Amino acid sequence: MNDKLIIAGKEFDSRLFIGTGKFASNKIMADAIEASGTQMVTVALRRVDIENPNDNMLAAIDRKKYLLLPNTSGARNADEAVRLARLARAATGITWLKLEVTPDPYYLLPDPVETLKAAEILVKEGFVVLPYINADPVLAKKLQDAGVATVMPLASPIGSNQGLKTKSAIEIIIAQATVPVIVDAGLGMPSHAAEAMEMGADAVLVNTAIAAAKNPVQMADAFKKAVQAGRQAFLAGGAEVKQQADASSPLTGFLRE
Amino acid sequence: MLGVRKKMKIFQNILAQVGLDHYNADLIDAIEKTTSVDVEKALADKPGYNLRKLVALISPAAEKYLEQMAQKAQQITRQRFGNTIQLYAPLYVSNFCVNSCPYCAFNIKSKFTPSRLTIEQACKEADILASEGFRHLLLVSGEDKKFVTTDYLSALAAELRKKFSSISIEIYPVDQSNYEKLFASGIDSIALYQETYDRDDYKKFHTAGPKADYDYRLQTLERAGNAGFRSLGLGFLIGLSDWRMQTLALAEHAGFLMKKYWQSRVSFSFPRMRPAENVNQNMFRYMITDSQLVQMMAALRLCFSDAEIVFSTRENAQFRDNVSKICITRMSAGSKTNPGGYADDFAVEQFEVADDRSPAEVAAMLKSCGLEPVWKDWDIAFNSGF
Repeated sequence: MNDKLIIAGKEFDSRLFIGTGKFASNKIMADAIEASGTQMVTVALRRVDIENPNDNMLAAIDRKKYLLLPNTSGARNADEAVRLARLARAATGITWLKLEVTPDPYYLLPDPVETLKAAEILVKEGFVVLPYINADPVLAKKLQDAGVATVMPLASPIGSNQGLKTKSAIEIIIAQATVPVIVDAGLGMPSHAAEAMEMGADAVLVNTAIAAAKNPVQMADAFKKAVQAGRQAFLAGGAEVKQQADASSPLTGFLRE
Repeated sequence: MLGVRKKMKIFQNILAQVGLDHYNADLIDAIEKTTSVDVEKALADKPGYNLRKLVALISPAAEKYLEQMAQKAQQITRQRFGNTIQLYAPLYVSNFCVNSCPYCAFNIKSKFTPSRLTIEQACKEADILASEGFRHLLLVSGEDKKFVTTDYLSALAAELRKKFSSISIEIYPVDQSNYEKLFASGIDSIALYQETYDRDDYKKFHTAGPKADYDYRLQTLERAGNAGFRSLGLGFLIGLSDWRMQTLALAEHAGFLMKKYWQSRVSFSFPRMRPAENVNQNMFRYMITDSQLVQMMAALRLCFSDAEIVFSTRENAQFRDNVSKICITRMSAGSKTNPGGYADDFAVEQFEVADDRSPAEVAAMLKSCGLEPVWKDWDIAFNSGF
């Protein structure tokens, strides 16, 4: 079965993307990435020396196997995100960018106004922009109009492991989407990831749930399987969920007699 | 915007209303009367700050729950910050100071020849730190307004940002326009400790010099917040006043700053009195035990999940190793507390460091505890000022 995910013309077999923060060591991070079967990992530009191939974290990521998706974590406004993106591209030639504009350092909730502003600038400059957003369907559409490659709505606040708290809004985003929808942030357990995939999300991005697990490698493998199972269930078309049981002695059966 | 600002409460008033800027027998009584039930309730509470919860967690009744508090603090820290600890180094640029704080070796009454680093000398020190792996630097100075000027710091920052991704300052308070200039030069974070929130104790320890102005100091982090500083560092000097009252005042201050400067991160430091040249240790009545310090740190973590918790080389290696597993998110390593100290100068140091391991040794210790030492977790490009 050909069920590839295509983002900006690039094909992915795996629908699980991995964040690289919070791991206890670069070795554990590399092993977890391997176990997850992912093909794309995101790295905070603030965390690495992007120009330096010997940077400890970058050196632990096999660039032949994994597409590197730099992110602008820490940017408070469009100016900062755009400046960081330009510097990173100038240093490395990488045009893919996970756009994060999170002015509040506590809940790290994305700023819709500044994210849209930055996306418009970066798309025009030729970046492949994957914006991290709140689960806001109107914003998602506006970003698509601006030319982003995906939208990445949050399931719940980043790092919170609370699961799909924004489910009904993500359903609308998926229903209206013209680009892949990647559910990002807040997925705490493989069952949450499976649920997002069953709903029809195109992919999920996971970091804390794996990095902060007691056994990150085992958890990465569990997420891999959950994402595959969720995707398969979505493709299989689940039986309809019914609010009521079918009565064994129908009250209106006599009408058909 | 001005209208909104005007309506914001003034922190001095909040502190006075809660009764935390002076000796408060009622609050001390409330802390003493805390029961096990109160502590258990506070422990079961979801993360977040309120005064009642913190009163319970710092109370004597909570002492027997210290292990549970530490476990919970660790769980929150790992969840929010991951299995990592950021490393930074202080760079002392001047040990001249016009103040006369009796707890500090730099006080004006100490008889020593002050040392001040030129920009070239400071850069030499910084080069040593960069070669050790540091990318986060903290510039420290006494109240040396004639030499350590905004122009001096800005010029130094312009050089340092070529090699460092984050530059912080721990210097004397300045006005907002100077903070704006410093921020524009690439300095993103500030630490400024109130020393004690108790006005009477403050007066006792700060009898002369500009530091005698309690209110100007208390408002410093607001001036820095207005200027856009990304991290606002708070603390009090442990030993000057009752630690429980001070912890409550510190938390009120943090809660206030977090709401007002919602785009800046608050960090807590825990400077505990250390032996220093010309400092008489006997004058500090409120020294605390290691257990009490852990209780204080864990209690704050249970109230402030996302605050940075910073731990310096004032504390010894064994204690730092153990506490780093509980709730620390940032620590210094290989520190020298005198100007020129990294290049082996012998200027007077602010205090004796208690952990003299090299940065590499501290990093190796963290790794052996299952923690990744993080040298860079910021980018100079974030600073919108330039």
